[in-house]
Amino acid sequence: MTVGGESTMIEFRDAGRGHALAQALRRAVDESGRERITVMHVCGSHEQAIARYGLRDLFPERLEVIMGPGCPVCITDTDEVDEAVALARQGVRVLTYGDMLRVPGSVMSLADAKREGADVGVVYSVAEAAAQAVASDAPVVFFATGFETTAVATAAVLLGEPPAGFQVLSAHKYIPPVMEIVAEMPGSRVEGFLAAGHAATITGWGIFDDFVAEHGRPVAVAGFEPLDILAALCRLVEMIARAEPRTINVYPRCVTREGNRCAQQTLWRVFRATGGLWRGIAHVPNGNLRLRGTYARYDAREHFDTSAASSPSTAAARALAGRCRCGDIMSGIATPADCALFERECTPEAPVGACMVSSEGTCRIWQQYGVRSGNGDAAVLGVCPRIP
Amino acid sequence: MCLGVPGRVVSVDDNLATVDFWGVHREVRLDIVDEPVAAGDYVLNHVGFAIRRIPDAEVTATMALYDELLAAAAEADLLAQDVRSELRANRRARAPTKAKRGTLE
Amino acid sequence: MSRAYTRINADARSPVATTPGNGRATQITLEHGAGGRAMRELIAQRFVPALAGPAIDGIGLSALDDGAALRLGERWLVVTTDSHVIHPIFFPGGDIGRLAVAGTVNDLAMMGAVRPLALTCAVIIEEGFALADLDRVLRSLAETCREVNVPVVTGDTKVMGRGEIDGIVLNTTGLGLTDRVVTDGGLQRGDRILVSGTIGDHGLAVLSAREDLGLEGELRSDVAPINELIAAAIEAGGVDLVAMKDPTRGGVAASLHEMAGKSGVGVVIEQACLPVSQAVLGAAELLGIDPLVVANEGKAVLAVRAHAADRVVEAMRSLPLGREAAVIGTVVGDHVGQIVLDTGFGRRLLPEPVGEPLPRIC
Repeated sequence: MTVGGESTMIEFRDAGRGHALAQALRRAVDESGRERITVMHVCGSHEQAIARYGLRDLFPERLEVIMGPGCPVCITDTDEVDEAVALARQGVRVLTYGDMLRVPGSVMSLADAKREGADVGVVYSVAEAAAQAVASDAPVVFFATGFETTAVATAAVLLGEPPAGFQVLSAHKYIPPVMEIVAEMPGSRVEGFLAAGHAATITGWGIFDDFVAEHGRPVAVAGFEPLDILAALCRLVEMIARAEPRTINVYPRCVTREGNRCAQQTLWRVFRATGGLWRGIAHVPNGNLRLRGTYARYDAREHFDTSAASSPSTAAARALAGRCRCGDIMSGIATPADCALFERECTPEAPVGACMVSSEGTCRIWQQYGVRSGNGDAAVLGVCPRIP
Repeated sequence: MCLGVPGRVVSVDDNLATVDFWGVHREVRLDIVDEPVAAGDYVLNHVGFAIRRIPDAEVTATMALYDELLAAAAEADLLAQDVRSELRANRRARAPTKAKRGTLE
Repeated sequence: MSRAYTRINADARSPVATTPGNGRATQITLEHGAGGRAMRELIAQRFVPALAGPAIDGIGLSALDDGAALRLGERWLVVTTDSHVIHPIFFPGGDIGRLAVAGTVNDLAMMGAVRPLALTCAVIIEEGFALADLDRVLRSLAETCREVNVPVVTGDTKVMGRGEIDGIVLNTTGLGLTDRVVTDGGLQRGDRILVSGTIGDHGLAVLSAREDLGLEGELRSDVAPINELIAAAIEAGGVDLVAMKDPTRGGVAASLHEMAGKSGVGVVIEQACLPVSQAVLGAAELLGIDPLVVANEGKAVLAVRAHAADRVVEAMRSLPLGREAAVIGTVVGDHVGQIVLDTGFGRRLLPEPVGEPLPRIC
């Protein structure tokens, strides 16, 4: 008997096929005759998968694969973390996803607040957070982070009319607008994009057609198993080499042109897109998802004072954030060594930008493995350093 | 960015499915899945919600796509051809889900 | 008090550690108790210098090993102590009582003392703790002692006010004798790295129960005394069994970092050789957690000279707790202090774990 998940995953982790695809990728890069091809993935889970399977070891030397705006956790802005921390320190029960716990705000993380005695908990699903609210007399605030993929789950729970004690502090983000920002970064060497397969499961791959038409750079929608990533890179390099920018869906088992319409309707019934800061990247127009007025009764921002008491340390943190060069590092025009904050004001224990927050971020990897400026190209190439 | 994990539906009770993820069962909500789901189907789970029913045919189609890439490379590359032959030979002997153990050399 | 499972390294006297609060260490954080670099630095930078005393003939605090070894004529007296805090105190596969005995017996075994002489047991209990739960913990503790045939020879009981401690804390100290002390260093190029069984079982079972993750399946802690298993490995390996470590907090990854760092070598691990149970595989996929960084409570990581590796694996496999024992890697001369993971696709560095693993969404 096959075990659930087997046929949909194991096949796509076949190392033999992986090496063959890597060979095809090398060939595609060679045949392009190009000195260097630079592509970006716009997804923390792609970096996770690349790191987990050691795929950088297989990438051709002349192919740069840059980590883009990262995971929703690391681009959650300092102000948003501060709001959650402020609520927790007011004595409100705050629940969130596990990877959000240790992300620092300007003064502290939720884990720090918990250490001080605040009531902070981790859930696997927003549905469990709502269930806790049902069982509780006191309000429960869910610090909702994640891209549209995760936001639809929050939306589905709110459509189910949970008790009013369930409050949502939304830090959800919407990916398509940030791709515009990244594509327009001045001096960017990025020639093509690997789009996030699970966000595209919701939005559909059709939404990238306008992006491709406007920016003249191809998009390959990619899944998260090693073969998915290698195959998508092959197709992306082919399109770049032939100067035929299109959108190609290399993840048809999970992504359709139209996407998941039921999920889209759910999402937009509950959320609206508005502009906001992404940590260390930019102000992204329509990049933040906030609750619509019709769901104001669930909006923690309507019922609590989420403004962190401003202090010298928050002001200092904002000043630091202004000097962060994550955006430049992501667009491949700077390395961590070019950033004045790197390893001084910005460390894994006290990160300023997304690239230091994420365990797979360029700055974190440089710091952790001691990659230095003498090896600048390798560092841009390898968010995860190659092993000689 | 979004950890999505495929699993096989064991049973469906209205809006809730029990899903088998490599031998571990968990309840998954069906509010936002794109297609009706029945026992035996594969779904893609993200934070306890199914966001996609994964049709068998599309799994096959995805792999066929990758094999096409390999075939294209192989036509011009005898080295890759060797790898492909090897793959064909091993096609039925897929990697076991449980790690194989052995002595390293 | 920490709700996370915290066990103190052999000689460290307190269950808390220090913390980098926004870069500057002003307070203890949970990371300091998670078994990774933060904890090692805390012990090395604060406990060791503060508690430095007269030189001893043997292995003391500064070695940061699983326990101490003091010369006693021709033999060695091994001493180790552990404090146990776990939430929930009853979890699939075990409870805090079994954990307290197994943890200390295993630490003794990792130093070569596979027949423990005696344990002590100190208990700190929160006001309001149910007597029925206490009885249940004590029954389990006694049962595990019987399995190992070790007596508890002295103890201590304290009660703290409600909210001043999280339920119950157990501290156990163990004593044992050995003819040869096995440390957690001394690895040489070419040595093989072995694990005594499947990895990640304890941590994922406890995480799943603690955070109420709604996972159903065969997720069970592996908590067990493995002194007999280690006795078999030592008998088969003799002096070719170079080093041992029990991969508790921080998992196999943390143990390997410690062993490689102390020995001035690198280690290459083959992903395909790692024994992982089906349930752990499933839970790890769902939660986005690498079994290599997850705690074990009935396993050992061993370094063995290459020519003896198969012999030691076979000896362990002949016992029920060692059925899944396997060679998982090789010691190399380069990548000093680093662990290289060969995934079958490519090779990458395995970082030293930081903090307790938590479920991820990305």
